[in-house]
Amino acid sequence: MAESKVATMQDAVAALVHDGDTVAIEGFTHLICFAAGHEIIRQRRRDLTLCRLTPDVVYDQLIGAGVASKLVFSWLGNPGVGSLHAIRRRIEQADPAPLAIEEYSHFGMVCRYVAGASNLPFFPIRSYYESDIPTVNPNIRTMRSPYDDATEVYVVPPLRPDVAIVHAQRADASGDAQIWGLLGCQKEAAFAAERVIVVCEELVDESVMRADPNRTVIPGVIVDAVVEEPFACHPSFAQGYYDRDNAFYLKWDQIAREASTLDAWLDEWVYGLANHAEYVEKMGAAHWDGLRPEPAMSGEVDYGRYA
Amino acid sequence: MNDAAPDLAYSKSEIMIAASARQLDAVTNCFVGVGLPNIVCNLAQRTVSPRLQLVYESGVFGARPERLPLSIGDPTLVTGATAVTSMFELFAYYLQAGLIDVAFLGAAQIDRYGNINTTVIGDYDHPKVRLPGSGGACEIAINARQVMVIMRQGTRSFVDTIDFRTSPGHSGDPAHDASRGWWGSGPTSVVTDLGTYVFDEATGEMTLTTLHPGVALDEVKANMGWDPRVADDLGETVAPTAEELRLIREELDPLGVYTK
Repeated sequence: MAESKVATMQDAVAALVHDGDTVAIEGFTHLICFAAGHEIIRQRRRDLTLCRLTPDVVYDQLIGAGVASKLVFSWLGNPGVGSLHAIRRRIEQADPAPLAIEEYSHFGMVCRYVAGASNLPFFPIRSYYESDIPTVNPNIRTMRSPYDDATEVYVVPPLRPDVAIVHAQRADASGDAQIWGLLGCQKEAAFAAERVIVVCEELVDESVMRADPNRTVIPGVIVDAVVEEPFACHPSFAQGYYDRDNAFYLKWDQIAREASTLDAWLDEWVYGLANHAEYVEKMGAAHWDGLRPEPAMSGEVDYGRYA
Repeated sequence: MNDAAPDLAYSKSEIMIAASARQLDAVTNCFVGVGLPNIVCNLAQRTVSPRLQLVYESGVFGARPERLPLSIGDPTLVTGATAVTSMFELFAYYLQAGLIDVAFLGAAQIDRYGNINTTVIGDYDHPKVRLPGSGGACEIAINARQVMVIMRQGTRSFVDTIDFRTSPGHSGDPAHDASRGWWGSGPTSVVTDLGTYVFDEATGEMTLTTLHPGVALDEVKANMGWDPRVADDLGETVAPTAEELRLIREELDPLGVYTK
């Protein structure tokens, strides 16, 4: 039997996320592990470099709580709602402290993870031509193809986070993880990172993975800790498990407008709770029932047995 | 002002959305941007272009959403889609390889050549307003075969000089544009709450082609930062049909998120 890497969120963050680390909590609108963000806040990590394509509300919470000194990103907003006010205060007014930023486009960030995951020194893309983005980010550079056509491409450097935290619908004790729905950059970020925490809605037996290996996005061999944490993505969503809590995204727009209301929210929902299970309980069963979708089962495929 | 204006039984946002959706009648693969493009492309799929393949940067090709997606990463885009891919595949194999016919984008600022700013108002290092940034817009503007823009127009959004060029449009030098070697031909249309524009082939400059019913040319000119080219045969935008309004109000945006 494979080694168990099952841990609590508290232990996983304490062991694997250190002050000064470069941390990527990925997930493109889907499977954003808010519970991990909350635990990092609760353990009062400092001076992190936070990476994510779309900083989203979870990074507004982390940055509002003062854990980060730098943000690496490609789209900075509250999706479908508007701005991330805590981050904007840091960037626009250095309030309460400046925030260093390093900015790409989505494809640039994706390819930074791809380069990091594949041990390449850079990755070429057809983007950034005649854009001002490279003028404010000297890490985005040009090169000519060494082949006959001498095409000019832009290149981006590898991104190798110290820690990637990725959520999955299900995982087994050794860290094999299966995801369906929007895949985002979960796989690329995990393979690019030095250390990996997989968080899942359900911990399942290894036989469940082996029955459907095409769905395995992350193999346990690159995973350091596995945390079972239902509803860990709230207010984002987990396909087939719960919907995005759009009312919360709208509410955050109000909460984050003032540092005082943001701090009060952190006191009540993060510092005031011991762990995510208390958050789930405090939110109440009726809240979770309201976010559960009707089922829409996939069809089955026959892998065949070749004995 | 135009005293003969018809009774506006629809809002400026509604005619902007309906006029934009009609532009997708001959389009197959459409990349859908954040915000207003979302409702435009979903309306087009329910009206002029039932076979429209909605493509989202979140990694969805051929979405068939049962509700209006709350964002470009809504779970309703996944269930029933043609394909769900990694973001790398979506950007590399679908967009960069040239499969996208049209991308529908929004903008905070646009200039007369269709250059788009979604990054910052003011100086980059000391911004007055920090905007979201590129997302996928920069590579979409370069690699989609054409770009259509939908945005509300005003002197702060239609500007002589954008504060930051996030996504390139036309350069003002058509010979240069033709030599770029990109899939994209740059922006081809802009629809606002006041009228519709195309880009002049000889100069690459935005040209007003229709006014929405009840909107005067002076009102358009008062809501932009340069003196616009106006088509010789300036026309009137066709008003939304009862069915378009029903779809917008009852099915797509019952809460009025996009149409208020």
